[in-house]
Amino acid sequence: MQYIKNLRQYGIFIVFSIICLIISFISPQFLTVSNWTIIITQVSINALLAFGVTFVIITGGIDLSLGSIVAVAGVSAAMLAHPDSYPVIVPVFAGLFAGLLIGAFNGFIITKSKIAPFIVTLGTMTIGRGLALILSNGRPVSNLSDSFVFIGSGKIMGIPVLIVILILMFILCSVILNKTILGRYIYAVGGNEQAARASGINVSQVKMAVYSISGLLAGLAGILLTSRITTGQPNAGAGFELDAIAAVVIGGTSTTGGKGSIAGTLIGVLLIGVINNSLDLLNVTSYYQQVVMGIIIIGAVVLDSLNQKSNS
Amino acid sequence: MHSAAEQILRVNSLSKSFFGVKALDNIQFDLKKGEVHALMGENGAGKSTFMKILSGLLKADSGTISFNSEQIEKLDVHSIMQKGISMIHQEILMVPELTVAQNIFLGREINRAYLLDEQAINQKAEDLLKSMGLDIKVRKKAKHLSIAGLQLIEMAKAVSNNARVIIMDEPSSALSEKEVEILFKIIKDLKSKGVAIIYISHKMEEIYQIADRITVLRDGKFIATKNTADLDKSNLISLMVGRELEELFSSNSMAQPEVILKVKNLNKKGKFFDINFDVHAGEVFGIAGLMGAGRTEIARAIYGLDSFDSGEIMLRGKKLEIRSPKDAIREGIGYVSEDRKALGFIPELSVRQNISLSSILNYSKAWFIDEKKEEKASSKIAQQLNIKASGLNQKVKHLSGGNQQKVVLARVLMASPFLIILDEPTRGIDIGAKHEIYKLIRQLTESGLAVIMISSELSEILGMSNRILVLSKGKQKTILTQKEASQEKIMQYAVH
Repeated sequence: MQYIKNLRQYGIFIVFSIICLIISFISPQFLTVSNWTIIITQVSINALLAFGVTFVIITGGIDLSLGSIVAVAGVSAAMLAHPDSYPVIVPVFAGLFAGLLIGAFNGFIITKSKIAPFIVTLGTMTIGRGLALILSNGRPVSNLSDSFVFIGSGKIMGIPVLIVILILMFILCSVILNKTILGRYIYAVGGNEQAARASGINVSQVKMAVYSISGLLAGLAGILLTSRITTGQPNAGAGFELDAIAAVVIGGTSTTGGKGSIAGTLIGVLLIGVINNSLDLLNVTSYYQQVVMGIIIIGAVVLDSLNQKSNS
Repeated sequence: MHSAAEQILRVNSLSKSFFGVKALDNIQFDLKKGEVHALMGENGAGKSTFMKILSGLLKADSGTISFNSEQIEKLDVHSIMQKGISMIHQEILMVPELTVAQNIFLGREINRAYLLDEQAINQKAEDLLKSMGLDIKVRKKAKHLSIAGLQLIEMAKAVSNNARVIIMDEPSSALSEKEVEILFKIIKDLKSKGVAIIYISHKMEEIYQIADRITVLRDGKFIATKNTADLDKSNLISLMVGRELEELFSSNSMAQPEVILKVKNLNKKGKFFDINFDVHAGEVFGIAGLMGAGRTEIARAIYGLDSFDSGEIMLRGKKLEIRSPKDAIREGIGYVSEDRKALGFIPELSVRQNISLSSILNYSKAWFIDEKKEEKASSKIAQQLNIKASGLNQKVKHLSGGNQQKVVLARVLMASPFLIILDEPTRGIDIGAKHEIYKLIRQLTESGLAVIMISSELSEILGMSNRILVLSKGKQKTILTQKEASQEKIMQYAVH
């Protein structure tokens, strides 16, 4: 229950519960295991991206290159995942490595040049999209081995692999942020970068670490997406970064840094998933879904700032 | 001296509670035209709450405020400003990218044919500054001004607002002696024009120089209002703390023969030149000088926050290569910055997390933090330093200035340094906390720690230091022993 306690944003947790309750009255299908399996599977890609970018946003940065990393990692993995070519571990590592590399590149440029992360990752977003197109020659990479496809659509003991990976990553990220020195340093750098440096923290190292983590998780997301749709799409993931950032913000992480949690981000991701799912169940067209989502993003931040005011 | 007719502000039975705790309890206060009225009390006495109500930032629970014998009905920022009550905040509120003139007229811009008339704004600002005897270029961007400059501009802004009452919250805390003189000249000028000033400061000397009357608050209660002439320092202190204070500075511990720090020919172009000194174990080594004399710059260079051009720094006989604070901490140097907010603590982290930040490796296994060990160690030092917080998990942003300073000191000490550099360690903290910090410095030196203390308060430097280095414009003028040193002597060296 430690994580629930750490969840500063009870507000959004309550909103989430209420919304679930209301929907379960309107639509009896909502609270079924099969429906929740659908919801969680649908949000799993966004969740991984959102977990990664939570680290970045807590340091006060931003990562706009996530969607492009998804594409580069997905295409790289797919190219090595044809049947009878390599064991499945090879494309997986290739995808993770591609993500890590781009993330580390972001971190390197940001710490060495002192250019705003917004600009740097905007650049790598474009570079990454180009790389994905170059690697794949602009065409989808298909014909993937069964073992690679299993990652995105298989089940272990009846539980989809995607969900297992999601749970593992949730635990791993929460532990890093709450229990390790790196986690402490991430909050310190985001809370007051100068004071963190004066306290003996190597701020550049911390920033390198968060952008690398963000890239690595985006790489993982790229592998999962490719496996699930059984093709490496060079155009995949466009705009994913914004969904991820939205989930982080809804989850109560401050975009000015220093505050936030993985648990909050998970709630943010699930809230987006539940809203989309229930509007589907209620046969609302997707045009309206976007409007609703925008309202929720703004509403969440307003709620958070009201919360803060009443605290101070 | 004054008749009741000259009264400009009258506060009657003002009370304010936060979550059931009385922050202000039945406060009485009056202000006369053309007087400087000092408001004194320890941190937490209710001064800021009181001033926030007076300037409309907070609403009182009960009580009245009258301006020129008329009760003010609407107590919000706008109506209060319109009456002519202006507050100059401790934190300076100015737009760095705008010019001095634009900042002064922010919100009251001068238009011509719906377009900004920059020329008129500049002209008016220039006239205003000239009339106040200030030599500041109005076209300069605010970000290029020193803190002192900004503060004076804030004051000019209040004057141009036709303020009848100006509230100054620690106006001199970032000023050098010379700048304080300018400040006092402006205050005297304002007085002669009938402007009344509420002056909040922790500095006794200033209060006695400038204030006509003094009102003391303690624990949210009104204690007394007295003419400055009728109240001597020790009486004032006992009114503030509610008890007699023993001598503020206890006697020094003896410096030990062992040299901890040796600085040889340290140079940085434009900042400081040929600095040579050493600091012994158990010694407080004071560095005095005016603002901009290079005191903080030398400290930052030793601690690795800034680079230097040439020279050597040796710690316990070993030549150091320090590239960052991380290196300095590893070698056993600690630094408590003059700018607590910017360089001291992480506001969103808890007391425990701040205290352990520089030494977290000692409280972790592999990459994982051992929270029990961390908790134990930080609770021990928090007790030692008498840090007042609702608990170790309270966020540091919610603590008072004095307690924040103690948290920073605790963090530095947790890394077990041989030498600590204290840059204005008592700036903006109340007299009780000050006293505790002095006592703590004594304890530390007795246990063999070497301390460098930088301070603008001469009484503090004189009272605490075994030896005092005096700087002027980046040059080392002299090193005085405590016996040789006096306020006059230090100033003599500092201004040349």
